[in-house]
Amino acid sequence: MIRIQQTNFDLDAEISTLRQHNAAAGAIVAFLGTVRDFSANAQVHAMRLEHYPGMTEKVLHGIEAAAHQRWSLQEVLVIHRTGELLAGEQIVLVATISEHRRDAFAACDFIIDHLKTEAPFWKREQTPQGPRWVSAQKNDQTARERWNR
Amino acid sequence: MIKILYFAQFREQLGIDSEQIQLPRHVHTVETLLAYLRGRGGNWTEVFGADAVVCVAVNHAMVAGQGTVAVGDEIAFFPPVTGG
Repeated sequence: MIRIQQTNFDLDAEISTLRQHNAAAGAIVAFLGTVRDFSANAQVHAMRLEHYPGMTEKVLHGIEAAAHQRWSLQEVLVIHRTGELLAGEQIVLVATISEHRRDAFAACDFIIDHLKTEAPFWKREQTPQGPRWVSAQKNDQTARERWNR
Repeated sequence: MIKILYFAQFREQLGIDSEQIQLPRHVHTVETLLAYLRGRGGNWTEVFGADAVVCVAVNHAMVAGQGTVAVGDEIAFFPPVTGG
């Protein structure tokens, strides 16, 4: 399941729902991404997340399908927020549910690596020196390329 | 007609988020469309200059410079993505 939304999400409630839907699953791995208050030496008090509606959902559904092909998964949940976010707020949740932990760990790692390098989101940080678009990180690309080996 | 979308700093620098244009006669690929936009001069030449890293999606799928462009397509130009 893919959700793009401006509103916050409740981590406990999302995990509870997943557990109810997948009572036979033995493993849940969740990655929670948050807004850091410092980035590349700049103090960040807020951030604005922009995306490309339509393409974002398509790309994320593709990543979800690829994870299902590669590992044995009961369910995948990706929630990504857009709009204005304050330092410390939740940005993204990737949760994977499987019978055994290895599949859930690997799939969660795979999904966030691909999301960060392929899904059309852009972050603009608000700093005391003014707004600043975040640059893509080379190590995110390197992390993504691990999966092709 | 084709629809062109601009995102993030490209949108801000160009002062436009989308436009519909007639597909220029000689434009059949992403590369030639970029060259056409660069030819508008001013900001366009700068934003899509030789040093710029420009990602392109045609109909919601990422494509390389040789990717084709046809009437009715939705083409988006954006900098490398930074979500997550």
